[in-house]
Amino acid sequence: MADAMTPTAAHSHPDYLSENKGLWNWLTTVDHKRIGLMYLWSVATFMIIGGLLALVIRLELLTPKQTIMSAELYNRAFTLHGAIMTFLVIIPAIPAILGNFALPLLLGAKDVAFPRLNLASLYVYWIGAAMAVSTLLLGGVDTGWTFYTPYSTTTGGGVSMMVLAAFVLGFSSIFTGLNFIATTHKLRAPGMGWFQLPLFVWGMYSTAIIQILATPVLGITLLLLVMERVFHIGIFDPQLGGDPVLFQHFFWFYSHPAVYIMILPAMAVMSEVIPTFSKKSIFGYKAIAFSSVAIALLGFLVWAHHMFVAGMSLFAGAIFSFLTFFIAIPSAIKVFNWIATMWRGSIDLKVPMLYAINFLLIFTIGGLTGLFLASLSTDVHLHDTYFVVSHFHYVMAGSNMIALLAGLHYWWPKMYGRMYNNTLATIACTLIFIGFNATFLPQFVMGSRGMPRRYYNYLEQFQTMHVASTIGSWILAAGLFLALATLLASLRKPKDAVPNPWNGRTFEWEAGSPPITHNFEHTPVCIYSPYDYRENPVPIAEEEKSAH
Amino acid sequence: MSDVTTTVHTDHQDHAHPPGLQHHFTNMTQQFEAAKLGMWLFLVTEVLLFGGLFVGYGIMHSKHPEAFVAAHHHLDWRLGALNTIVLLLSSFTMVMGVWAAQTGQRKKLIAFLLLTIILAMVFMGVKYVEYSHKFHEGLLPGKFYSHQGDTVPGQFMFFSFYFMMTGLHGIHVLLGIVAILWITFRAWRGHFSAQYYGPVDIVGLYWHLVDLIWIYLFPLMYLIS
Repeated sequence: MADAMTPTAAHSHPDYLSENKGLWNWLTTVDHKRIGLMYLWSVATFMIIGGLLALVIRLELLTPKQTIMSAELYNRAFTLHGAIMTFLVIIPAIPAILGNFALPLLLGAKDVAFPRLNLASLYVYWIGAAMAVSTLLLGGVDTGWTFYTPYSTTTGGGVSMMVLAAFVLGFSSIFTGLNFIATTHKLRAPGMGWFQLPLFVWGMYSTAIIQILATPVLGITLLLLVMERVFHIGIFDPQLGGDPVLFQHFFWFYSHPAVYIMILPAMAVMSEVIPTFSKKSIFGYKAIAFSSVAIALLGFLVWAHHMFVAGMSLFAGAIFSFLTFFIAIPSAIKVFNWIATMWRGSIDLKVPMLYAINFLLIFTIGGLTGLFLASLSTDVHLHDTYFVVSHFHYVMAGSNMIALLAGLHYWWPKMYGRMYNNTLATIACTLIFIGFNATFLPQFVMGSRGMPRRYYNYLEQFQTMHVASTIGSWILAAGLFLALATLLASLRKPKDAVPNPWNGRTFEWEAGSPPITHNFEHTPVCIYSPYDYRENPVPIAEEEKSAH
Repeated sequence: MSDVTTTVHTDHQDHAHPPGLQHHFTNMTQQFEAAKLGMWLFLVTEVLLFGGLFVGYGIMHSKHPEAFVAAHHHLDWRLGALNTIVLLLSSFTMVMGVWAAQTGQRKKLIAFLLLTIILAMVFMGVKYVEYSHKFHEGLLPGKFYSHQGDTVPGQFMFFSFYFMMTGLHGIHVLLGIVAILWITFRAWRGHFSAQYYGPVDIVGLYWHLVDLIWIYLFPLMYLIS
């Protein structure tokens, strides 16, 4: 992308991990890389908790009647699983971990625009996380993570606390988004115009737009829900003249765009990993960049497709159905562009690339099954069945988690300066792919045959598929555990990563592995396109001249 | 390929720092523009936060028009109008404060900021009078509504929104007072100059939004028919 000093030439500063060690220095750091790593381990902790809950839920569903727990406990378990995974894991995962770590590096900046606000977002996350976990002491929450009224305004337990936790976590998300937009606008390296931005940045920027525009609406919706519980203000309670469906509109006005907070960052990672390991310039740069923004904006116009059977008018339903189909277009543009990037490329099947190929398969299955749910008539049949559960696990859980792992394996040498064991990481990746599909493919089948979601007991005819799904969850857990263990094991070795282990073209590979606290010994200058993989890269300025 | 002689900014140790410039910015203009952009983005989130309440109010108003109109007669529009004037004046003094900061007039800056704080406190004082009157009459949100002799039922819903919206706005006024106190203190310590006045500017932006929200709240609460 540009030139830099060869890293061996000038190592006058210690890297960011070695400088100012000690817990206190970490807790008071404003370094975006350290904040990213603290987010990594915080999110990983909750991913393990949420994952263990998932294993428990799957174990309960091994038999049609009670297996290991009561129905009440089961309701609380799936609610906590959903709330933790949505608000504490998937939403912050890629932006707060990989975005914080990589975005300033990709821009050639020293830090994000507001480093203290960035640290504040981490503390707000911890406060929100503590509040969410504290609901366990308040009797748990049994509403499902969507908190639908009127049940959520009448049931006991820690609903108010969980809702306030999600409110607080929203601020953490807003701070991150605000930082990324300001950083992208103001801290680009000299010479870097909007179309020289690495596509990861475009993805993060689009995500940030949603974080800024949607999260406050969720905030106020959740506050209204708490007010309804405490004061009986009446807005969502039909007995008091309110409207429970209004809650669903408010809730999905945020929570549908929020699924693009989950998928856009995953797509952003793909746009870096695929060209690097195909050794080929990305196909359709502008199409990918603009489709990110298109998804961010269209995402605001489709929320009511969650409510086709909630008593909405048929006319409104038809419009929302149409708009939902529309959003498949930019998603498909991206997938085709990535495949076209790989076409005739020199594909190197390193671990990040294997995860990227996994993502393409899993996201395609998740995306295409979404179209069945977007159609009014099929949705009446599939609504609230395991088909929906499986669909959103493919797009939210699978795609996001696999993209996170792709990015983590891609930037791990940059984060810790160490290479992981390639064979073990490949085995882990394979197990995750097999386990994920074994868990969720049977759920499509039983969903289409009428197995309702969230049920504690089920008809015996569904047991075979439930057993398959539960066994799949064990394979998936084994794969994730192996991936984590492989990454952690690399930390025991001395630092062995070269600055640019994958021959990437973006700025972060010009910094040391790991980088110094201020990232670059010399501020990089953007001379080449971020994806110019030709043997002799042509400077952007010359290329523009020859184009005229 | 190493034509890196064009590097702009080489070292972190020896640049002559203008006061107030943070390490990761190249110059004061870049820092100021970033801060201002950040503030505008924050204001967007504020508009959407209040936007949810405005939409909720609008829907419930259209569902229960008689109750809302009957309930709003319990408010005194003169007090609301007084507060509107007070806040508009405070926006004016804030603008003058920003102007004084830009032109490097420290004493005027402090004077205008203090005036803004006084006006904000007058606003909160009037709000206190209004709230205590409502409390006394039992005009309270939701299940605490205990006003006697209503001819139109369902007026509690209006007061649910009245207290939530003016309450959230009141919290913003209080936070504004704290923010203005903070920049007054910094102005008194001589932190600002014609070259560095960013914090005054962005607190000013925030204050105008607080004012703007009230301009929408006033007719919505006091002047419906």
